[in-house]
Amino acid sequence: MCTLEKRGNLFLLTLTGDDQHRLNPTLITSLLSALSQAKAQSTRGCALITVAQGRFFSNGFDLAWAQSAGSKQGAQERLLHLVESFKPVVAALLNLPMPTVTAVTGHASAAGFALALSHDYAVMRRDRGVLYMAEVDIGLSVPDYFMALFKEKMGAASARRDLLLRGLKMKGDEAEKRGIVEAAYDSDGEVREASVRMGEDLAKRKWDGEVYAEIRKGLYPELSAMLGLATKVFASPRL
Amino acid sequence: MAMCSLEKRGNLFILTLITDQDVEHRLNPNLFTSIISALSKAKAQSTRGSALVTVSHGKFFSNGLDLAWVKAAGSNQEAQQRFDQLLHCLNQLVLAFISLPMPTIAAVNGHAAAAGVVLALSHDYVLMRRDRGVLYMSDLDLGIKIPEPFMALFRAKLSPGSTRRDLLLRGLKIKGEEAVKMGIVDAVHDGEEGVSEAAMKMADGLVKRNWDAQVYVEIRKGLYPELCGMLGLATEVIATPRL
Repeated sequence: MCTLEKRGNLFLLTLTGDDQHRLNPTLITSLLSALSQAKAQSTRGCALITVAQGRFFSNGFDLAWAQSAGSKQGAQERLLHLVESFKPVVAALLNLPMPTVTAVTGHASAAGFALALSHDYAVMRRDRGVLYMAEVDIGLSVPDYFMALFKEKMGAASARRDLLLRGLKMKGDEAEKRGIVEAAYDSDGEVREASVRMGEDLAKRKWDGEVYAEIRKGLYPELSAMLGLATKVFASPRL
Repeated sequence: MAMCSLEKRGNLFILTLITDQDVEHRLNPNLFTSIISALSKAKAQSTRGSALVTVSHGKFFSNGLDLAWVKAAGSNQEAQQRFDQLLHCLNQLVLAFISLPMPTIAAVNGHAAAAGVVLALSHDYVLMRRDRGVLYMSDLDLGIKIPEPFMALFRAKLSPGSTRRDLLLRGLKIKGEEAVKMGIVDAVHDGEEGVSEAAMKMADGLVKRNWDAQVYVEIRKGLYPELCGMLGLATEVIATPRL
């Protein structure tokens, strides 16, 4: 499902297996547990790198699992359950007391794209993989906290419209040009290396994790509020 | 003692940060009071078609809050109180700039850090030197959180999200040309003379537009509703636009 490994001052979170890494209750629980562990073990000067094995980064919610409920109502309930239970994963990333980097090693679709976007920095492959909000194509609405995530992380209204309202499948070069990812690389090996390098550079700054997380949340107030992470508005910082 | 001067040249107000003792133009209660008082004066004397340019001299525009004054306090509790006081003053300063009924331009002659960046960004336009000076949000490196409404100021003035992240969450020291590319400042010029002359020239252009002071400030406030809400600045509707 996913593993958490510590390498020096880097926490390496890997979505394991050669499958689509569909977000179902098992993977979600696994992610929450890993992020919880990283938070508990965090110290000054560490960073999180999230990568995936295989051709996919994550293809979103496990719709097959939802549909195997047997009835239309059952499927709706399961889907709603996935939307609600994934929220704490985004919250955990937003609250994590260290810089976060993701190497989008393959396709990132819908909730999988949201997972990538929940990191501070994303790097991608140029030769493989697309960013894709499939919802409009498959007839699903986009959860409110996904909308807030897109709005606050992606400044360009045209990028949000193209991804959300047009079902654009965006490759690495375009994602880099439009500022959605930091950089695009030519191979699997290169993008992983780049994410580790970036993580190490950020970890070297030895920032106070709590301060880092607070400033991060201040960048995304609407999302933070939706996730129940609202920071105290007028609190004076402790010296 | 840290102070500023306000000069009037025709319709142009020139606010100069002058400090005989502190080359860093650190913001302490004296300088804050001096600036806010000057802005008050400019507001009282404002007419249609006014503008304000803020200039400084030397290596620094402003290196932020006077943390040395904070640390010189007798106890930890008093240090926290002094810090709180400076934050309150900074709040008042932002409020004064946002409610100033005329276009404002900052001529950033040198380094601007933390509250110095807040000071610069409180202006409608920011010009910087190409050859000297960086913008640096030192808070993260110093381990100090950035409270609202200053986060709201950054959210209001900077986009896209990655620019805000790069300025606030990455501890970067951003030179003039990069700052223009990132859309944080409007233009760069060479030399201290170069940037202040450019600011005056820009101000003259804005003065010529002869804008109604009240309309200008209300439209400005309307651009930054979240920030104004936090500063307690309600917008007033001007219901009978001049046709």
